[in-house]
Amino acid sequence: MNDITFELNHEQVTITADPSLRLLDVLRDRLHLTGAKEGCGEGECGACSVLINDQLANSCLVPLANVHKQRVTTIEGIATTKEGKLLQQAYSKEGAVQCGICTPGMMMASYALLKKHPHPTREQIQIGLSGNLCRCTGYNMIFRAIERAAKEGEGTW
Amino acid sequence: MVKHIIPNSLKEALDYMDGHYTTIVAGGTDLMVQRRNWAELPPTFTSDPVYVFHLSELNYVNEDDKNVYIGAVTPMSVLLDHPATPQLLKDAIAIIAAPGLRNMATIAGNIGNASPAGDSLPILYALDALVRIQSKSQNSLLPIAQVIQGPRKTILDNNELITEIVIPKDPFTFQMFRKVGGRKADAISKVSFTGSVRIEGKHVTDLRIAFGAVAPTVVRVRDIEMEYEGKTVKQLQQQVKSLQEAYATYIRPIDDQRSNKEYRMNVAMNLLEQFISSLKEE
Ligand SMILES: Cc1cc2nc3c(=O)[nH]c(=O)nc-3n(C[C@H](O)[C@H](O)[C@H](O)COP(=O)(O)OP(=O)(O)OC[C@H]3O[C@@H](n4cnc5c(N)ncnc54)[C@H](O)[C@@H]3O)c2cc1C
Ligand code: FES
Ligand code: FES
Repeated sequence: MNDITFELNHEQVTITADPSLRLLDVLRDRLHLTGAKEGCGEGECGACSVLINDQLANSCLVPLANVHKQRVTTIEGIATTKEGKLLQQAYSKEGAVQCGICTPGMMMASYALLKKHPHPTREQIQIGLSGNLCRCTGYNMIFRAIERAAKEGEGTW
Repeated sequence: MVKHIIPNSLKEALDYMDGHYTTIVAGGTDLMVQRRNWAELPPTFTSDPVYVFHLSELNYVNEDDKNVYIGAVTPMSVLLDHPATPQLLKDAIAIIAAPGLRNMATIAGNIGNASPAGDSLPILYALDALVRIQSKSQNSLLPIAQVIQGPRKTILDNNELITEIVIPKDPFTFQMFRKVGGRKADAISKVSFTGSVRIEGKHVTDLRIAFGAVAPTVVRVRDIEMEYEGKTVKQLQQQVKSLQEAYATYIRPIDDQRSNKEYRMNVAMNLLEQFISSLKEE
Protein backbone atom coordinates (compact mmCIF):
# COMPACT_ATOMS: atom_id res chain seq x y z
CA MET A 1 0.00 0.00 0.00
CA ASN A 2 1.29 3.42 -0.93
CA ASP A 3 -0.25 6.87 -0.92
CA ILE A 4 -0.79 7.98 -4.49
CA THR A 5 -1.69 11.62 -5.03
CA PHE A 6 -2.87 13.06 -8.31
CA GLU A 7 -5.06 15.72 -9.81
CA LEU A 8 -8.35 14.28 -10.99
CA ASN A 9 -10.68 16.51 -12.97
CA HIS A 10 -9.08 19.60 -11.35
CA GLU A 11 -9.23 18.26 -7.79
CA GLN A 12 -6.44 16.77 -5.71
CA VAL A 13 -7.07 13.19 -4.64
CA THR A 14 -5.00 10.84 -2.50
CA ILE A 15 -5.62 7.12 -2.60
CA THR A 16 -4.02 4.53 -0.36
CA ALA A 17 -3.76 1.49 -2.55
CA ASP A 18 -1.60 -1.05 -4.30
CA PRO A 19 0.27 1.11 -6.86
CA SER A 20 0.08 -1.61 -9.50
CA LEU A 21 -3.73 -1.48 -9.61
CA ARG A 22 -5.08 -0.45 -12.97
CA LEU A 23 -6.07 3.22 -13.09
CA LEU A 24 -9.36 2.02 -14.65
CA ASP A 25 -10.28 0.01 -11.54
CA VAL A 26 -9.33 2.81 -9.19
CA LEU A 27 -11.46 5.29 -11.13
CA ARG A 28 -14.47 3.01 -11.26
CA ASP A 29 -14.37 1.20 -7.92
CA ARG A 30 -12.67 3.58 -5.56
CA LEU A 31 -13.64 6.94 -7.01
CA HIS A 32 -17.00 5.89 -8.49
CA LEU A 33 -16.32 7.49 -11.84
CA THR A 34 -17.87 4.92 -14.14
CA GLY A 35 -17.64 6.84 -17.41
CA ALA A 36 -14.49 4.98 -18.44
CA LYS A 37 -15.52 1.45 -19.43
CA GLU A 38 -13.75 -1.85 -19.55
CA GLY A 39 -14.05 -3.42 -22.98
CA CYS A 40 -11.05 -5.62 -23.64
CA GLY A 41 -8.79 -4.88 -20.69
CA GLU A 42 -5.75 -5.13 -22.93
CA GLY A 43 -5.32 -1.86 -24.78
CA GLU A 44 -7.21 -2.75 -27.93
CA CYS A 45 -10.63 -1.11 -27.72
CA GLY A 46 -10.22 2.37 -26.19
CA ALA A 47 -13.38 2.13 -24.05
CA CYS A 48 -11.27 2.97 -20.98
CA SER A 49 -9.69 6.11 -22.51
CA VAL A 50 -8.76 9.00 -20.22
CA LEU A 51 -6.31 11.89 -20.48
CA ILE A 52 -3.08 11.92 -18.50
CA ASN A 53 -1.41 15.33 -18.62
CA ASP A 54 -3.77 16.08 -21.53
CA GLN A 55 -2.57 13.05 -23.50
CA LEU A 56 -4.91 10.20 -24.45
CA ALA A 57 -4.22 7.00 -22.51
CA ASN A 58 -5.82 3.56 -22.08
CA SER A 59 -6.52 3.44 -18.34
CA CYS A 60 -6.67 -0.38 -18.36
CA LEU A 61 -2.90 -0.39 -19.03
CA VAL A 62 -1.86 2.31 -16.58
CA PRO A 63 -0.63 1.25 -13.17
CA LEU A 64 -1.85 3.69 -10.54
CA ALA A 65 1.78 4.54 -9.69
CA ASN A 66 2.20 6.09 -13.14
CA VAL A 67 -0.26 8.91 -12.33
CA HIS A 68 1.38 9.82 -9.01
CA LYS A 69 1.74 13.63 -9.07
CA GLN A 70 0.24 13.76 -12.59
CA ARG A 71 -3.01 15.18 -13.96
CA VAL A 72 -5.87 12.87 -14.94
CA THR A 73 -9.01 13.92 -16.81
CA THR A 74 -11.97 11.61 -17.37
CA ILE A 75 -15.16 11.99 -19.39
CA GLU A 76 -16.82 13.31 -16.20
CA GLY A 77 -14.23 16.09 -16.18
CA ILE A 78 -14.92 17.26 -19.70
CA ALA A 79 -18.68 16.63 -19.83
CA THR A 80 -19.56 20.04 -18.41
CA THR A 81 -16.96 22.04 -20.32
CA LYS A 82 -17.70 23.99 -23.48
CA GLU A 83 -15.77 21.42 -25.51
CA GLY A 84 -17.56 18.53 -23.83
CA LYS A 85 -20.96 20.02 -24.65
CA LEU A 86 -19.94 20.65 -28.24
CA LEU A 87 -18.98 17.00 -28.57
CA GLN A 88 -22.19 15.74 -27.00
CA GLN A 89 -24.32 17.87 -29.33
CA ALA A 90 -22.32 16.87 -32.37
CA TYR A 91 -22.50 13.15 -31.52
CA SER A 92 -26.21 13.46 -30.94
CA LYS A 93 -26.93 15.41 -34.14
CA GLU A 94 -24.94 12.97 -36.24
CA GLY A 95 -26.46 9.88 -34.66
CA ALA A 96 -23.02 8.77 -33.51
CA VAL A 97 -24.27 6.98 -30.39
CA GLN A 98 -26.09 3.68 -30.46
CA CYS A 99 -25.52 1.30 -27.55
CA GLY A 100 -23.17 3.86 -26.05
CA ILE A 101 -20.51 1.68 -24.50
CA CYS A 102 -17.75 3.04 -26.72
CA THR A 103 -18.98 6.63 -26.47
CA PRO A 104 -17.07 7.95 -23.44
CA GLY A 105 -13.82 6.58 -24.89
CA MET A 106 -14.67 7.90 -28.35
CA MET A 107 -15.30 11.33 -26.90
CA MET A 108 -11.99 11.33 -25.03
CA ALA A 109 -10.19 10.41 -28.25
CA SER A 110 -12.19 13.07 -30.14
CA TYR A 111 -11.30 15.65 -27.51
CA ALA A 112 -7.58 14.81 -27.64
CA LEU A 113 -7.67 14.88 -31.43
CA LEU A 114 -9.41 18.26 -31.70
CA LYS A 115 -7.06 19.80 -29.14
CA LYS A 116 -4.15 18.71 -31.32
CA HIS A 117 -5.78 19.33 -34.70
CA PRO A 118 -8.64 21.89 -34.46
CA HIS A 119 -9.24 21.43 -38.21
CA PRO A 120 -8.66 17.72 -38.67
CA THR A 121 -8.60 16.03 -42.04
CA ARG A 122 -10.46 12.74 -42.47
CA GLU A 123 -7.16 10.94 -42.24
CA GLN A 124 -6.23 12.68 -38.99
CA ILE A 125 -9.64 11.73 -37.59
CA GLN A 126 -9.13 8.12 -38.59
CA ILE A 127 -5.69 8.02 -36.98
CA GLY A 128 -6.98 9.84 -33.89
CA LEU A 129 -9.71 7.24 -33.36
CA SER A 130 -7.70 4.23 -34.51
CA GLY A 131 -7.46 2.87 -30.97
CA ASN A 132 -11.22 2.98 -30.38
CA LEU A 133 -13.57 0.23 -31.46
CA CYS A 134 -17.30 0.64 -32.05
CA ARG A 135 -19.49 -2.39 -32.74
CA CYS A 136 -22.61 -0.40 -33.65
CA THR A 137 -22.18 2.74 -35.71
CA GLY A 138 -19.77 1.80 -38.46
CA TYR A 139 -17.66 4.87 -37.59
CA ASN A 140 -18.87 7.24 -40.32
CA MET A 141 -21.32 8.97 -38.00
CA ILE A 142 -18.54 9.40 -35.46
CA PHE A 143 -16.21 10.89 -38.08
CA ARG A 144 -18.96 13.30 -39.07
CA ALA A 145 -19.62 14.20 -35.44
CA ILE A 146 -15.99 15.21 -35.05
CA GLU A 147 -16.12 17.29 -38.21
CA ARG A 148 -19.25 18.98 -36.89
CA ALA A 149 -17.69 19.63 -33.47
CA ALA A 150 -14.68 21.16 -35.22
CA LYS A 151 -16.87 23.45 -37.32
CA GLU A 152 -19.38 24.44 -34.66
CA GLY A 153 -16.62 24.87 -32.13
CA GLU A 154 -14.47 27.06 -34.38
CA GLY A 155 -12.11 28.96 -32.08
CA THR A 156 -12.81 26.80 -29.01
CA TRP A 157 -10.35 24.03 -29.76
CA MET B 1 4.48 -9.36 -0.62
CA VAL B 2 6.38 -7.17 -3.02
CA LYS B 3 7.35 -3.61 -2.25
CA HIS B 4 6.39 -0.90 -4.76
CA ILE B 5 9.06 1.67 -5.47
CA ILE B 6 8.16 5.06 -6.94
CA PRO B 7 11.59 6.70 -7.03
CA ASN B 8 12.11 10.45 -7.12
CA SER B 9 15.19 10.18 -9.28
CA LEU B 10 17.23 7.79 -11.40
CA LYS B 11 19.71 7.56 -8.54
CA GLU B 12 17.02 6.46 -6.10
CA ALA B 13 15.89 3.81 -8.57
CA LEU B 14 19.40 2.44 -9.11
CA ASP B 15 20.17 2.51 -5.39
CA TYR B 16 17.11 0.41 -4.64
CA MET B 17 17.77 -1.99 -7.52
CA ASP B 18 21.17 -2.72 -6.06
CA GLY B 19 20.51 -5.63 -3.76
CA HIS B 20 16.78 -6.17 -4.40
CA TYR B 21 14.90 -8.30 -6.90
CA THR B 22 12.96 -5.86 -9.03
CA THR B 23 10.80 -5.49 -12.15
CA ILE B 24 11.09 -2.24 -14.06
CA VAL B 25 7.73 -0.78 -15.04
CA ALA B 26 7.85 1.91 -17.74
CA GLY B 27 4.65 2.62 -19.72
CA GLY B 28 3.26 -0.71 -18.56
CA THR B 29 1.74 -1.52 -21.96
CA ASP B 30 3.35 -4.95 -22.06
CA LEU B 31 3.56 -5.70 -18.34
CA MET B 32 -0.01 -4.75 -17.43
CA VAL B 33 -1.29 -7.22 -20.02
CA GLN B 34 1.22 -9.98 -19.26
CA ARG B 35 0.67 -9.80 -15.50
CA ARG B 36 -3.05 -9.17 -15.73
CA ASN B 37 -5.50 -10.69 -13.25
CA TRP B 38 -9.27 -10.63 -13.07
CA ALA B 39 -10.71 -7.12 -13.04
CA GLU B 40 -10.19 -5.23 -9.78
CA LEU B 41 -7.26 -7.39 -8.69
CA PRO B 42 -3.76 -5.96 -9.01
CA PRO B 43 -1.49 -7.59 -11.57
CA THR B 44 0.92 -10.26 -10.37
CA PHE B 45 4.44 -9.11 -9.61
CA THR B 46 6.87 -11.59 -8.08
CA SER B 47 9.63 -9.02 -7.54
CA ASP B 48 9.46 -5.39 -6.44
CA PRO B 49 8.07 -3.13 -9.18
CA VAL B 50 10.17 0.00 -9.75
CA TYR B 51 8.13 2.61 -11.62
CA VAL B 52 10.22 4.83 -13.86
CA PHE B 53 7.83 6.35 -16.42
CA HIS B 54 7.52 9.65 -14.55
CA LEU B 55 11.30 10.26 -14.26
CA SER B 56 11.76 13.43 -16.30
CA GLU B 57 15.54 13.05 -16.38
CA LEU B 58 14.95 9.99 -18.63
CA ASN B 59 12.45 11.74 -20.89
CA TYR B 60 14.23 13.59 -23.70
CA VAL B 61 15.36 13.58 -27.31
CA ASN B 62 18.72 15.29 -27.95
CA GLU B 63 21.13 15.33 -30.83
CA ASP B 64 24.63 16.43 -31.78
CA ASP B 65 26.55 16.11 -35.05
CA LYS B 66 27.09 12.41 -34.60
CA ASN B 67 24.12 10.90 -32.77
CA VAL B 68 20.52 11.14 -31.65
CA TYR B 69 20.02 10.44 -27.93
CA ILE B 70 16.68 9.12 -26.71
CA GLY B 71 15.89 8.98 -22.99
CA ALA B 72 14.54 5.61 -21.87
CA VAL B 73 11.04 6.71 -20.89
CA THR B 74 10.36 9.03 -23.84
CA PRO B 75 6.92 7.99 -25.11
CA MET B 76 6.70 6.84 -28.70
CA SER B 77 4.26 9.65 -29.53
CA VAL B 78 6.91 12.23 -28.60
CA LEU B 79 9.39 10.48 -30.88
CA LEU B 80 6.85 10.45 -33.68
CA ASP B 81 6.56 14.25 -33.55
CA HIS B 82 10.20 15.08 -32.83
CA PRO B 83 12.33 16.49 -35.68
CA ALA B 84 15.47 14.65 -34.52
CA THR B 85 13.93 11.16 -34.60
CA PRO B 86 15.34 9.12 -37.51
CA GLN B 87 12.72 8.76 -40.23
CA LEU B 88 12.81 4.94 -40.22
CA LEU B 89 12.02 4.89 -36.51
CA LYS B 90 9.11 7.27 -37.13
CA ASP B 91 7.83 5.00 -39.90
CA ALA B 92 7.85 2.05 -37.50
CA ILE B 93 6.27 3.95 -34.60
CA ALA B 94 3.52 5.40 -36.79
CA ILE B 95 2.05 1.93 -37.20
CA ILE B 96 2.51 0.72 -33.64
CA ALA B 97 -1.02 0.52 -32.22
CA ALA B 98 -2.87 3.83 -31.79
CA PRO B 99 -2.27 7.31 -30.30
CA GLY B 100 -3.34 6.43 -26.74
CA LEU B 101 -0.97 3.50 -26.59
CA ARG B 102 1.88 5.45 -28.20
CA ASN B 103 1.53 8.06 -25.45
CA MET B 104 2.60 5.38 -22.97
CA ALA B 105 4.76 2.88 -24.84
CA THR B 106 8.53 3.39 -24.73
CA ILE B 107 11.39 2.15 -26.89
CA ALA B 108 13.23 0.92 -23.79
CA GLY B 109 10.13 -1.15 -22.99
CA ASN B 110 10.15 -2.52 -26.54
CA ILE B 111 13.77 -3.57 -25.98
CA GLY B 112 13.11 -4.87 -22.45
CA ASN B 113 10.20 -6.95 -23.69
CA ALA B 114 12.46 -8.42 -26.40
CA SER B 115 9.59 -9.82 -28.45
CA PRO B 116 10.57 -11.23 -31.85
CA ALA B 117 7.79 -8.96 -33.16
CA GLY B 118 8.93 -5.76 -31.42
CA ASP B 119 8.60 -3.19 -34.19
CA SER B 120 11.28 -0.73 -33.18
CA LEU B 121 13.91 -3.47 -32.91
CA PRO B 122 14.72 -4.09 -36.61
CA ILE B 123 15.13 -0.33 -37.02
CA LEU B 124 17.53 -0.17 -34.05
CA TYR B 125 19.48 -3.10 -35.50
CA ALA B 126 19.66 -1.54 -38.97
CA LEU B 127 20.79 1.83 -37.60
CA ASP B 128 23.50 0.27 -35.38
CA ALA B 129 21.82 1.70 -32.28
CA LEU B 130 23.54 1.51 -28.92
CA VAL B 131 21.81 0.96 -25.61
CA ARG B 132 23.05 2.61 -22.42
CA ILE B 133 22.71 0.32 -19.43
CA GLN B 134 23.25 1.65 -15.94
CA SER B 135 23.45 0.17 -12.49
CA LYS B 136 24.46 1.81 -9.25
CA SER B 137 28.14 1.37 -10.07
CA GLN B 138 28.32 0.74 -13.84
CA ASN B 139 27.47 2.59 -17.02
CA SER B 140 27.96 0.85 -20.36
CA LEU B 141 26.95 1.37 -23.95
CA LEU B 142 26.20 -1.85 -25.87
CA PRO B 143 25.09 -2.58 -29.44
CA ILE B 144 21.40 -3.51 -29.59
CA ALA B 145 22.20 -6.95 -31.00
CA GLN B 146 24.20 -7.73 -27.87
CA VAL B 147 21.48 -6.51 -25.54
CA ILE B 148 18.83 -8.81 -27.00
CA GLN B 149 19.73 -12.43 -26.36
CA GLY B 150 16.62 -14.28 -27.47
CA PRO B 151 12.85 -14.14 -27.38
CA ARG B 152 11.96 -12.28 -24.14
CA LYS B 153 15.57 -12.44 -23.05
CA THR B 154 17.99 -9.54 -22.61
CA ILE B 155 21.49 -9.28 -21.24
CA LEU B 156 20.32 -7.00 -18.42
CA ASP B 157 21.18 -7.98 -14.86
CA ASN B 158 18.60 -7.55 -12.16
CA ASN B 159 20.24 -4.35 -10.93
CA GLU B 160 20.49 -2.77 -14.40
CA LEU B 161 18.28 -0.25 -16.14
CA ILE B 162 18.23 0.93 -19.74
CA THR B 163 18.65 4.70 -19.50
CA GLU B 164 19.28 5.82 -23.07
CA ILE B 165 19.26 4.74 -26.70
CA VAL B 166 21.92 6.25 -28.93
CA ILE B 167 21.40 6.24 -32.69
CA PRO B 168 24.32 7.23 -34.97
CA LYS B 169 23.51 9.65 -37.78
CA ASP B 170 24.84 7.77 -40.78
CA PRO B 171 24.24 9.24 -44.22
CA PHE B 172 21.72 7.08 -46.08
CA THR B 173 20.28 7.81 -49.49
CA PHE B 174 17.30 5.45 -49.47
CA GLN B 175 15.35 3.70 -46.73
CA MET B 176 12.30 1.49 -46.56
CA PHE B 177 10.23 0.04 -43.72
CA ARG B 178 7.29 -2.28 -44.28
CA LYS B 179 5.22 -4.15 -41.73
CA VAL B 180 2.75 -6.84 -42.61
CA GLY B 181 0.13 -7.56 -39.96
CA GLY B 182 -3.64 -7.67 -39.47
CA ARG B 183 -5.74 -4.68 -38.43
CA LYS B 184 -3.67 -1.58 -38.97
CA ALA B 185 -3.94 0.08 -35.57
CA ASP B 186 -3.42 -3.06 -33.62
CA ALA B 187 -1.37 -5.57 -35.46
CA ILE B 188 1.41 -7.63 -34.10
CA SER B 189 3.89 -7.96 -36.92
CA LYS B 190 3.83 -11.14 -38.93
CA VAL B 191 6.81 -9.94 -40.91
CA SER B 192 8.62 -6.63 -41.06
CA PHE B 193 11.35 -5.48 -43.39
CA THR B 194 13.82 -2.66 -42.90
CA GLY B 195 16.28 -1.62 -45.59
CA SER B 196 18.71 1.27 -45.56
CA VAL B 197 21.39 2.05 -48.11
CA ARG B 198 23.91 4.64 -49.08
CA ILE B 199 24.43 4.87 -52.81
CA GLU B 200 27.31 6.98 -54.11
CA GLY B 201 27.18 7.39 -57.86
CA LYS B 202 26.59 3.90 -59.19
CA HIS B 203 27.83 2.07 -56.11
CA VAL B 204 26.15 0.78 -53.00
CA THR B 205 28.60 1.78 -50.27
CA ASP B 206 26.52 0.96 -47.19
CA LEU B 207 23.87 -1.75 -47.08
CA ARG B 208 21.72 -2.58 -44.04
CA ILE B 209 18.93 -5.12 -44.08
CA ALA B 210 16.87 -6.31 -41.11
CA PHE B 211 13.87 -8.62 -40.84
CA GLY B 212 11.51 -8.61 -37.86
CA ALA B 213 9.26 -11.42 -36.58
CA VAL B 214 10.76 -14.09 -38.82
CA ALA B 215 13.13 -15.68 -36.30
CA PRO B 216 13.62 -15.74 -32.52
CA THR B 217 15.39 -12.38 -32.76
CA VAL B 218 15.82 -9.75 -35.47
CA VAL B 219 17.70 -11.03 -38.52
CA ARG B 220 20.53 -8.76 -39.55
CA VAL B 221 23.54 -10.46 -41.15
CA ARG B 222 26.60 -8.29 -41.54
CA ASP B 223 28.45 -10.95 -43.60
CA ILE B 224 25.81 -10.90 -46.31
CA GLU B 225 25.69 -7.11 -46.35
CA MET B 226 29.47 -6.88 -46.75
CA GLU B 227 29.45 -9.30 -49.64
CA TYR B 228 27.20 -6.95 -51.60
CA GLU B 229 28.63 -3.60 -50.52
CA GLY B 230 30.82 -2.07 -53.21
CA LYS B 231 28.74 -3.50 -56.03
CA THR B 232 26.83 -1.26 -58.39
CA VAL B 233 23.09 -0.86 -58.09
CA LYS B 234 22.72 -2.79 -61.37
CA GLN B 235 24.81 -5.69 -60.16
CA LEU B 236 22.85 -5.87 -56.94
CA GLN B 237 19.61 -5.93 -58.85
CA GLN B 238 20.87 -8.68 -61.14
CA GLN B 239 21.95 -10.75 -58.15
CA VAL B 240 18.77 -10.39 -56.14
CA LYS B 241 18.04 -14.13 -56.37
CA SER B 242 21.31 -15.06 -54.69
CA LEU B 243 20.75 -12.35 -52.09
CA GLN B 244 17.37 -13.89 -51.33
CA GLU B 245 18.91 -17.34 -51.06
CA ALA B 246 21.52 -16.03 -48.65
CA TYR B 247 18.82 -14.69 -46.33
CA ALA B 248 16.48 -17.66 -46.70
CA THR B 249 18.56 -19.78 -44.33
CA TYR B 250 18.16 -17.15 -41.62
CA ILE B 251 14.39 -16.91 -41.89
CA ARG B 252 13.27 -19.41 -39.28
CA PRO B 253 9.89 -18.21 -38.07
CA ILE B 254 8.26 -19.81 -35.10
CA ASP B 255 4.89 -21.07 -36.35
CA ASP B 256 2.19 -19.51 -34.25
CA GLN B 257 -1.47 -18.65 -34.47
CA ARG B 258 -0.71 -15.38 -36.24
CA SER B 259 0.85 -16.83 -39.33
CA ASN B 260 2.76 -19.78 -40.74
CA LYS B 261 6.30 -20.26 -41.89
CA GLU B 262 5.72 -20.41 -45.62
CA TYR B 263 3.72 -17.21 -45.65
CA ARG B 264 6.34 -15.36 -43.67
CA MET B 265 9.16 -16.63 -45.86
CA ASN B 266 7.37 -15.53 -49.04
CA VAL B 267 6.51 -12.11 -47.70
CA ALA B 268 10.03 -11.54 -46.38
CA MET B 269 11.56 -12.47 -49.74
CA ASN B 270 9.13 -10.31 -51.69
CA LEU B 271 9.83 -7.30 -49.50
CA LEU B 272 13.56 -7.79 -50.00
CA GLU B 273 13.09 -7.91 -53.75
CA GLN B 274 10.87 -4.84 -53.66
CA PHE B 275 13.55 -2.93 -51.75
CA ILE B 276 16.38 -3.92 -54.08
CA SER B 277 14.38 -3.12 -57.20
CA SER B 278 13.51 0.34 -55.80
CA LEU B 279 17.18 1.34 -55.60
CA LYS B 280 18.34 4.03 -58.00
CA GLU B 281 21.74 5.41 -58.88
CA GLU B 282 22.34 8.77 -57.25
C1 LIG C 1 -2.90 -2.92 -27.80
C2 LIG C 1 -1.40 -3.06 -27.91
C3 LIG C 1 -0.81 -2.95 -29.15
C4 LIG C 1 0.57 -3.08 -29.30
N1 LIG C 1 1.11 -2.96 -30.53
C5 LIG C 1 2.44 -3.09 -30.69
C6 LIG C 1 3.02 -2.99 -31.99
O1 LIG C 1 2.35 -2.77 -33.00
N2 LIG C 1 4.38 -3.14 -32.10
C7 LIG C 1 5.17 -3.38 -31.01
O2 LIG C 1 6.37 -3.50 -31.17
N3 LIG C 1 4.63 -3.47 -29.77
C8 LIG C 1 3.29 -3.35 -29.58
N4 LIG C 1 2.76 -3.46 -28.33
C9 LIG C 1 3.63 -3.83 -27.18
C10 LIG C 1 4.15 -2.67 -26.31
O3 LIG C 1 3.32 -1.54 -26.40
C11 LIG C 1 5.59 -2.28 -26.68
O4 LIG C 1 6.43 -3.38 -26.53
C12 LIG C 1 6.13 -1.10 -25.84
O5 LIG C 1 7.30 -0.61 -26.46
C13 LIG C 1 6.43 -1.45 -24.39
O6 LIG C 1 6.86 -0.28 -23.72
P1 LIG C 1 6.41 0.03 -22.21
O7 LIG C 1 7.15 1.23 -21.77
O8 LIG C 1 4.95 0.08 -22.11
O9 LIG C 1 6.95 -1.29 -21.49
P2 LIG C 1 6.59 -1.97 -20.08
O10 LIG C 1 5.37 -2.79 -20.23
O11 LIG C 1 6.63 -0.98 -18.99
O12 LIG C 1 7.86 -2.93 -19.96
C14 LIG C 1 8.11 -3.95 -20.93
C15 LIG C 1 9.33 -4.75 -20.51
O13 LIG C 1 10.52 -3.96 -20.60
C16 LIG C 1 11.14 -3.82 -19.33
N5 LIG C 1 11.60 -2.44 -19.25
C17 LIG C 1 10.86 -1.31 -19.49
N6 LIG C 1 11.62 -0.21 -19.39
C18 LIG C 1 12.87 -0.64 -19.07
C19 LIG C 1 14.11 0.04 -18.83
N7 LIG C 1 14.21 1.38 -18.91
N8 LIG C 1 15.20 -0.71 -18.53
C20 LIG C 1 15.09 -2.05 -18.46
N9 LIG C 1 13.97 -2.75 -18.69
C21 LIG C 1 12.86 -2.04 -19.00
C22 LIG C 1 10.09 -4.21 -18.31
O14 LIG C 1 10.64 -4.70 -17.12
C23 LIG C 1 9.29 -5.24 -19.08
O15 LIG C 1 9.92 -6.48 -19.03
C24 LIG C 1 1.37 -3.32 -28.15
C25 LIG C 1 0.77 -3.43 -26.89
C26 LIG C 1 -0.60 -3.30 -26.75
C27 LIG C 1 -1.22 -3.41 -25.41
S1 FES D 1 -10.51 -1.69 -21.89
FE1 FES D 1 -8.74 -0.50 -22.13
S2 FES D 1 -8.44 -0.54 -24.25
FE2 FES D 1 -10.08 -1.93 -24.01
S1 FES E 1 -22.23 2.73 -30.05
FE1 FES E 1 -22.21 0.64 -29.49
S2 FES E 1 -20.11 0.20 -29.54
FE2 FES E 1 -20.15 2.15 -30.32
